[in-house]
Amino acid sequence: MMTDASSTIFQDKIDQDIRIEPKDWMPDAYRKTLIRQISQHAHSEIVGMLPEANWITRAPSLRRKATLIAKVQDEAGHGLYLYSAAETLGISREEMIDQLHSGKAKYSSIFNYPTLTWADMGAIGWLVDGAAIMNQVPLCRASYGPYARAMVRICKEESFHQRQGFEILLTLSRGSEAQRRMCQDAIDRWWWPSVMMFGPNDDASPHTAQSMQWKIKRFTNDELRQRFVDICAEQVKLLGMTIPDDQLRWNEERQHYDFGPIDWEEFRNVINGNGPCNKERLAARVQAHEDGAWVREAALAHAEKKIQYGKTA
Amino acid sequence: MTVQHTIDYTLHLADNALVLGHRNSEWTGHGPILEQDIALSNIALDLIGQARYLYQYAARLMTMQGGPEVTEDVLAYLRDSWDYRNCLLVEQANGDWGKTVLRQFFFSAYQYFFYRELQHSRDAELSAIAEKALKEVTYHLRWSSEWVIRLGDGTEESHARMEKALDQLWMYTGELFQPAGFEQALAPGGIAVDLGEIKPLWELRVGEVLKEATLTTPGSMMQQGGKQGKHTEHLGYLLAEMQFLQRAYPGNEW
Ligand SMILES: [Fe+2]
Ligand SMILES: [Fe+2]
Repeated sequence: MMTDASSTIFQDKIDQDIRIEPKDWMPDAYRKTLIRQISQHAHSEIVGMLPEANWITRAPSLRRKATLIAKVQDEAGHGLYLYSAAETLGISREEMIDQLHSGKAKYSSIFNYPTLTWADMGAIGWLVDGAAIMNQVPLCRASYGPYARAMVRICKEESFHQRQGFEILLTLSRGSEAQRRMCQDAIDRWWWPSVMMFGPNDDASPHTAQSMQWKIKRFTNDELRQRFVDICAEQVKLLGMTIPDDQLRWNEERQHYDFGPIDWEEFRNVINGNGPCNKERLAARVQAHEDGAWVREAALAHAEKKIQYGKTA
Repeated sequence: MTVQHTIDYTLHLADNALVLGHRNSEWTGHGPILEQDIALSNIALDLIGQARYLYQYAARLMTMQGGPEVTEDVLAYLRDSWDYRNCLLVEQANGDWGKTVLRQFFFSAYQYFFYRELQHSRDAELSAIAEKALKEVTYHLRWSSEWVIRLGDGTEESHARMEKALDQLWMYTGELFQPAGFEQALAPGGIAVDLGEIKPLWELRVGEVLKEATLTTPGSMMQQGGKQGKHTEHLGYLLAEMQFLQRAYPGNEW
């Protein structure tokens, strides 16, 4: 009976847009959904550092180098906020990281694609951070307080990343023939994976209805995807480049862009571990963790010694 | 003393900062602890920031000399290793986290006492850069000292790793205090830092930290040459990677 009353209070709060806080009662399924979503998001930030870190040492100017380091560092910060938000739900960062390393937890598939040229730093900022913003801005109003607050900080930085990325592409688009080729090639490779970042079509997305009722989600995958396509289809004109979709055209009736079919076969393959960089990305994370084990042990041992020294002093 | 000496001096300081900043940034995304990944990336950013101010100043001096138009990127990306004037210490490979923090500690301790003096340089530009950088370096020194102590006096394994790192790096510390020709030329003018003056301060500080870290310094012979453009094999690879785009697509804007 207690649970029934609690669950009524819970759903009332949700309906009235009152935030749920860590100490509040919440249904198990709500907690689990949040842990899954927030930790997956945190892992995406951390794994997402790798494709861009790949170009830090080759950035073409000192200004670009500094901005890229700062960007990758921001992503690490996002990971930290999100791990902390997830910890308020009763899971530790170690557990979450173990789940990532064992393959039990997922991260955004977009980071399983390789960064082959400098232009990829632009395309990732414009498209990948752009799609992330589209997904994340509504999360600033998510019903779970710590998650929503983390997202507010993150979104501010993501929009900065997006502008920087676009500016990298804009510079390339006004540059030499090789640079314009680089620019188009990066858009060609990143476009469809970015469109897939919104997840499966609504009719194939089993969790959407519940997540919307809990106000963890505010818009469906297809709604967000459409918004993303509409914006990018306009922005690409400023670059004088094209989007690799011959079915992309303005639909006067719908007041939206129509676009071609998504290759869900590829989407599933990458999710299931068969993307071009799945193994490398995960191996890089595991390696960093394993190489760091002696460092973490030593830090712990030293901290304990200091307590001992304090006692005997 | 000529403007050319000031240019060489400024480039030497810029190269030191850029090369170490670049090395540290190789860690970004691969650090042993997320918070420390962020901390080391921060230090990389500070050092690259210092390098930029210094290169910009050197570029202005060079342009004033009547040479061709020079920018910070021309200086960073279009000079080969024999023109780089950084000390050998900063170009050494990262190795493990222990070697990286020890390299940072040796260099930060040097930069700390160095910038403290350079603040009083009669060159107003260098003095202003030093004043700003000193705040950053004060933090770098504290951060790296703490790590050296933590790892030296941590576990048996971490202690052994630090001894090994010490053995690999100690021989590159002597050069920090060996004045190059351009430094000797600038000394009477009150522009450059008197390295002889800061050497005992560095030795004292390093001695204290290593003692607390339960580490002992090896008596290895000192290596030098970086300030004269004679580098270890490491710098060539670093530059090949760093300069790749500028070299492959000359004259492009990025
Ligand atoms: Fe992020
Ligand atoms: Fe981002």
